[in-house]
Amino acid sequence: MTIDYLGNATEEDLPLLKIPYFLNTVRVGWPSPADDYVERPIDLNEYLIKNVAATYFVRVSGDSMINAYIGDGAILVVDRSIEPKHNKIVIASINGSYTCKRLLLKPKICLVAENPKYSPIFIEKEAELEIAGIVIAAINTY
Amino acid sequence: MTYALVDCNSFYASCERIFRPDIKNKPVVVLSNNDGCVVALSKEAKNLGIKMCEPWFKIKDSFSKKGGVAFSSNYELYADISSRVMQTLEYLAPKIEIYSIDEAFLDLKGIDRCVSFQEFGFQCRDTVQQWVGMPVCVGVAPTKTLAKVANYGAKKYPGTCGVVDLSSRERQRRLMSLMPVGEVWGVGKKINQKLYSMGVVTALQLADMDIKLIKNKFSSILGRTVMELQGYPCIGLDERPSTKKQIIVSRTFGKKINSLQGLHEAVSDYTVRACEKLRKEEQYCQMISVFMRTNYFRQQDKQYSGMLSCKLNSPTNDTRDILNAARSITKKVFKENYNFIKAGVLLSDFYDDGVSQSDFFAPNLDRLGGKDLMATIDKINQTGIGKVTFAAQGLEKSWSMKRSLQSPRYSTNWNELLVVR
Repeated sequence: MTIDYLGNATEEDLPLLKIPYFLNTVRVGWPSPADDYVERPIDLNEYLIKNVAATYFVRVSGDSMINAYIGDGAILVVDRSIEPKHNKIVIASINGSYTCKRLLLKPKICLVAENPKYSPIFIEKEAELEIAGIVIAAINTY
Repeated sequence: MTYALVDCNSFYASCERIFRPDIKNKPVVVLSNNDGCVVALSKEAKNLGIKMCEPWFKIKDSFSKKGGVAFSSNYELYADISSRVMQTLEYLAPKIEIYSIDEAFLDLKGIDRCVSFQEFGFQCRDTVQQWVGMPVCVGVAPTKTLAKVANYGAKKYPGTCGVVDLSSRERQRRLMSLMPVGEVWGVGKKINQKLYSMGVVTALQLADMDIKLIKNKFSSILGRTVMELQGYPCIGLDERPSTKKQIIVSRTFGKKINSLQGLHEAVSDYTVRACEKLRKEEQYCQMISVFMRTNYFRQQDKQYSGMLSCKLNSPTNDTRDILNAARSITKKVFKENYNFIKAGVLLSDFYDDGVSQSDFFAPNLDRLGGKDLMATIDKINQTGIGKVTFAAQGLEKSWSMKRSLQSPRYSTNWNELLVVR
């Protein structure tokens, strides 16, 4: 396994960290060649959230999506503004409660778990199915 | 000019439904502080004959039997959903004015070059529904008052699908002829009665009144309303929310308090909250008032209501200074042997940072590092993970509000997220 080092992750209160953008004051002579490369630290929100107004977090209970790397207790990033399509992982409302499953539109509309223990839920009428949002990321903690 | 008014349908009840698909078509009510009375209700609850402000204990049993669901107010949730609705509207329209927690005016100048107003209205309705999960109605018209009329039509008549474009004068007149004058924006109860006695019953009749007569008999403000109903814009879009002139935090206690210590705790708790709000507005206050009263409805009790104020040497927004002042006022307002049911704190006499003239002879009140300390406390308390409180607020808070039916803070607290299987 190889690991790419992306940079330091920090807490979300970035603006309060008093880290100067430019570490060297420019007086006379030779400025540090590193100055041009000082950047903002990496922000996880920026990476995970595309549309703030439409994004909710939900918590997973159970192992029905384990083969999609969504474990028990994982936090899902759900974007309501993305159109549901074939093969997307979605949050759907079934019989008055929300569930996380993979949406298949062909050959037949159904919601499938990513765990052979659970059988697919077939949707007889399209009106019965309501998609509350698309899962765009899962945060598992170890 | 063209304005749109976007208004959420049964806002509080709809917020509760976003995370509860099982109550989609059930009657929903939201209760006031201490679960006292109904402050919001869904269409289905309205159809059961339930009215605003109805006491909860009166309808509790019959409402539950009919399958109704009640919630204590969950202001964290409502504020977050409101800000999502407003962000979505800001994305859709070039300029918006947030009018209240569940309403916004949009300036639609030039939009009709790309899409018709009707189509834009549907875009607004669909996008807010899709992104946030909030149902809204949209009214479009050349003035803000007429946009309100359009929204009334969109709410009242299901055939409109929640969008009404009143660009044509003919449609304006037809809808106004169906609208009671009391529903017009800016016509209160008193004006309504007076108009009624003059034979003015519908909005259209008001629109056709002589403006000079209205200004003479009522006020120039109502005159402006009539002009707006006639299609002449008089009220512009106010994009910048005006800075507050005062902040009040007051609550009814969950149970009566008769000890000074109990009141100190409650008043301190409200003071801390008021100071948070003050810092959020980036203001400094110099005047602090504390008030408290007994329960008017318990006639067997002795009645008392008192309020006192105190002016500080210099404006501040440091919770510790304001707490000190609030404590000394509380001690003076308090009287032994009374059963208090409500208390509150009022901050006023606001200054922007650095505008105040400090008293040469007064001791310097600026505490070292006070600003940073307050900013840090605010930051910690906003995360929802832990809370830093002042000892004066007390630990048990036996007097605090009853909110027994509150839903989780789904979108503002990590520990209360929606759980899916």
